[in-house]
Amino acid sequence: MKLDDEEQAMRAGTLGRVAQIAIEHQIRVGDFFGAADFVPVTQAHIMADTESLGESGVRWLEALADADDRGARVRIPTITDPRGTDFAKAAMLKQAAWMLTLERRAIDAFVRLGVAMTDTCINYQTIQAPTRGEHLAFGDTGVVIYSNAICGARSNFEGGPSALSAGLTGRTPRYGFHLDAQRQATVRFRVDTMPKSLNEWGALGGVIGRLAGNYWAVPVVEGLDGVPGSDAMKHFGAAMASFGSIALFHLVGITPEAMRLEDVGGERLPVAHRIGAADVQALQRSYATTDEVDVVVFSAPQLSLYELRRIADLCDGRRFVRPLLAVTSPQVKPDCDRFGYTERIEGAGGQVLSGMCFYQSYAREVAEANGWKRLATNSAKLVNILGGYGYVPMLASMEQCVEAAETGRLA
Amino acid sequence: MSADAMNTAPVGHGAPREFTARHAIGTKVRGIALVAHDGFSARYDLDRIAGTFSRPAHKLVGQSYVGKVLVLDTAKGGVASAWMLREMASRGVVPLAIVFNSVNPILVQGAAFGDVTMLAGFDDDITAQVPHGAAVQIDPAARLLRVL
Repeated sequence: MKLDDEEQAMRAGTLGRVAQIAIEHQIRVGDFFGAADFVPVTQAHIMADTESLGESGVRWLEALADADDRGARVRIPTITDPRGTDFAKAAMLKQAAWMLTLERRAIDAFVRLGVAMTDTCINYQTIQAPTRGEHLAFGDTGVVIYSNAICGARSNFEGGPSALSAGLTGRTPRYGFHLDAQRQATVRFRVDTMPKSLNEWGALGGVIGRLAGNYWAVPVVEGLDGVPGSDAMKHFGAAMASFGSIALFHLVGITPEAMRLEDVGGERLPVAHRIGAADVQALQRSYATTDEVDVVVFSAPQLSLYELRRIADLCDGRRFVRPLLAVTSPQVKPDCDRFGYTERIEGAGGQVLSGMCFYQSYAREVAEANGWKRLATNSAKLVNILGGYGYVPMLASMEQCVEAAETGRLA
Repeated sequence: MSADAMNTAPVGHGAPREFTARHAIGTKVRGIALVAHDGFSARYDLDRIAGTFSRPAHKLVGQSYVGKVLVLDTAKGGVASAWMLREMASRGVVPLAIVFNSVNPILVQGAAFGDVTMLAGFDDDITAQVPHGAAVQIDPAARLLRVL
């Protein structure tokens, strides 16, 4: 990779040991992908729940925070994805003390490095939405795909070590979705259905993700009859990224880089797949293996204020016989409290959690501690993840999920 | 031959077969290949405590990945694998190497962070070329996978 004077100084250690560690990691990744040079980035977003880091990752973070006598700090706004717990609800989840200790140690190290603990995977709804053409180093696949597709920003999937490195150096290797050529469509879809609910949007994203197949695929989608809102695109993108490792899609006439099919080279592609309501329903039915429910979870991505408002409406007049968890960000939670949504949800027997995400919070151990196996959710992303954690996840509408919390059965 | 298509793919006739990757990272290793035309995510697909594939729909479900050379189609899932490979290595519950037809940045970042050997990008479907259970050598400096 071609390095400018500052990057060479970082690599030589002139700007401190921490910057040196960071840029050496970035060069290894950049060399793998044949990056010509670095591109400056304006924001970094770090996925770093301690279930992923483990003891070794937390020790690495602590060593990094201690590595420079001068106290190395991130150079650009650097924020965090959901953590592995909501400390206020950890006892309810039956999380072990060691999990909380590990979380506190990681938080302490991040704070010493200057990272802002926003603990959110919906920063594009709550912190600052990126702008078209803005180069970023974002973690969380749902954040990346939304930023790339809906905002027209430019980011690869940046795992925790790489996103932190970008925060520390203020740049990232220039490859993948930082390049114009990578943003052209590679596979063309024709959609003959317009999803009506968030679970349907997620299921549609999942279908497209599975068919598109890998990170370097860029789906362009025609045929949507209307303009979906932010929460719909949140579920659509998060599921597409989850099922297919997709980082960018285009919706013709809707997303900013594809006002016309030819803007992204789509006219040169044959229609590879036609997707109808039956395909969306089939994905959902594939998870309908039982109707008994142990727990209802709304999470992945964290809920917007509007989603919480809707859940609160659905909770009125009910009394739950199964736990219902609604997970949001620390930015949304105060408004959820202030507008009375938390009181209404918890009044029915539910719980509103903040700053975590269900699957990032020791989901396997939490399942064992609580006897949870059969889980209902309206998140296609969550059902795609939780099978590997030993759950039997079921995908249903928000209304069906709330009803399941009341009856113990998914209708 | 992959785990899902065993007994169908040809095996080399004595001479080593070599496959050149477009991308490589890590150190030279030798081990037994675990092959499937399926995806890979440390969070989605593995029981990282037991060291086995745990996602019910995965073609390698129930099999141990510890110390094996995984030969798979593509990297899937979320960003957690970037941390998890190193964490798995710290407990000795990690693949020896991972070989993909197509990789995403997360697995590469995880390999760089966790010092896991990785190859990616072949002219032909590598999962159809390497016999499941074969002894293989991975040489990142030469970008080569050799079936021994």
